[in-house]
Formats: sequence, structure tokens, C-alpha cells
Amino acid sequence: MEKQLFNYLLRLSDSSLIIGHRLSEWCGHGPVLEEDIALTNISLDFVGRANSLYEYAGKVESKGRTEDDLAYLRNEREFFNNLLAEQPNGDFAQTILRQYLTDAFEIHFYEALAKSKDETLAGIAAKSLKEIQYHLRHSSSWMLRLGDGTQESNTRLQNALNEIYRFTGSLFETDENDTVLIAAGIAPNLSTIQHQWQKDVDTMLEKAMLKKPEKVWMQKGNLQGRHTEHLGYILAEMQSVHRAYPGVKW
Amino acid sequence: MNNNQGVLWEVFVQTKPGLPHKHCGSVHAADKEMAIQNARDVYTRRSEGTSIWVVPAEAIISSSPEDIGSFFEPANDKIYRHPTFYHVPEGVKYL
Repeated sequence: MEKQLFNYLLRLSDSSLIIGHRLSEWCGHGPVLEEDIALTNISLDFVGRANSLYEYAGKVESKGRTEDDLAYLRNEREFFNNLLAEQPNGDFAQTILRQYLTDAFEIHFYEALAKSKDETLAGIAAKSLKEIQYHLRHSSSWMLRLGDGTQESNTRLQNALNEIYRFTGSLFETDENDTVLIAAGIAPNLSTIQHQWQKDVDTMLEKAMLKKPEKVWMQKGNLQGRHTEHLGYILAEMQSVHRAYPGVKW
Repeated sequence: MNNNQGVLWEVFVQTKPGLPHKHCGSVHAADKEMAIQNARDVYTRRSEGTSIWVVPAEAIISSSPEDIGSFFEPANDKIYRHPTFYHVPEGVKYL
């Protein structure tokens, strides 16, 4: 069971860290000062959550690896984040869309995870849930503002949807590792969450006057460590300081 | 930074329940929801507050510097308006 829990924690923490890093790339580049700060705040929520999850993963593994070791000393094929998280920021519309699709998933996922029989995991989830409620409020209001805004903002959001919708399937990918944890009451069942997510997303797309892409081939492979070409570049930048100065402390 | 940042909103933050909302700055936003979110992100991210008000800056009517004389100076020469003739007992807090 420790082995499965460790794998599971890596999936959750990798997804948080990678999207947190993506959002941090907006720092100093936001469309207006207020939004720059908003995206950076959200980024910090994700990195903070990743930190708690890695720390717990290190304990579960009990080989003495710290959260820094797990975040900075693993290679691309050893990362298991969902493929949506690593997609580029693109324009502001693409960032907002990626964020909305993620938040709409996390609100249901972390609500379920807060009821996990693993107390530490349930505790981290309950704390995250409050942050996620705000993330969803932020991204939802931007979805409506851009989708139902000008011709230009609607077109940009629609283009983003056509580009990255195919990575949403990887949010719901499961394997036998999950089966063990679901049976133990530790992990929530993703098919229930997928149903709730789809319902929310469909409603939002309609309100934001967007057209859901049809006949999409969902890209998967993250549970086996297979990623899009973007992850390697993220890790190269994110891990460079730690690899140049191993064990460096603030 | 473009010029299309929306209108200006003044932000008031209450630090503890029961205390007055204090002006702490301003944000730009296109609508009410964006204004309250921006205020939250810019002014309360280090848990400075328990409640926020945002007010469109144009809804605030302020006195102008030229008003100082007629508005405020007459109060200065009526010393009986100032509660300075009382002996304050020792140990009294919150005056």
C-alpha cells in the first residue's frame, strides 16, 4: 500500500507543482498589475500544496528524500503530472482556460479527497479546497468576461479551447495503482468526478458562448511518465538552480 | 502596461470584526466582481483583512485643498470644543 500511496502522492504533487510553475511565469508579465498579482498568488497556492504533498510523499517512501529532492532531482519520465498542467501559457485567454478546466476538476476532486481515510491527505485536501474555491471564482469570472466579451476575446478563448481541450482526458486517467487506493477508501473514484466536471464545463462553455470541440482524441500517457514536449523545458528551467547548487538552502 | 485597465476603485479593508473599514489603496477593474477579486489579491494576501469594500472612485466626493480654511480652521479657535479640560484618571486605556 505504501508504494501505491507514494505514486499517487507524486501524481498529485507533480500536477500542482507544474501548473504552479507555469503560472509563476506570468510574474512581471501580467496584462495589468492587479492580474499579475492574482496569477502569482494562485501560483503560490499550487506550489505550497505541492510542498505539503511532496513532504508527505517523502515520509511515506521513507528513504529520506525531502520535498526538494522530489521536486528538483527527478527527470521528465519520472514526473506524473496531468498533461493539461504543462501546456504553455499562450495568451491570457489560454492561461485562463487551462486554469478554469483545472479548477473545475479540482473543486470536485479535492472535495472528495478531503473525505479520504488517509488523515494527512484529507487534511491537505481540506486546506487546499478553500484555495481552490477562490481559484475557480477567479477563472470562472474571466471565462465569462472573455467568452462573452468582444469578438477578439471570444475568438482567443475559442482558439485556446480547440488547442488544449485534448489534454483534459489526462485529468481522469487511472490505472491499477488507483484501484488499490480506491478500494482502501484513500483515493476518490475519478469516473464520478469526471461526470461532475463535464456537467460544469458544458454549462460554462455555453454561458461563455464557446463551442466544445467535437471528436477529440484525448492525449494520455502521464501515468507512465510520457509527456508533451513542453515538460522537459519546464524542468530544465525549474531545476537548474538546484542542480547547479545541490542542497542549496534559502 | 496598457491604458485599458478599467476604472479606478477605492479599497477599504477591515482588519478585525467590529473595527471600521479603513482605506488602504485603489485597484483598476472592469466590473464589481473583478474589483473585489483584485482588492483581495492586492491588499489581503498576507491575511490583513476579514472584510473588503470596494467603491468606484468616481462615487467618492472629496473636499478640495482650497476648502481647508472654511472647512476646518473655524474649529481651532473654539477650545471649549476640545475635551482637554478633564483630568484623566490613571490607568484608563482607549481614550
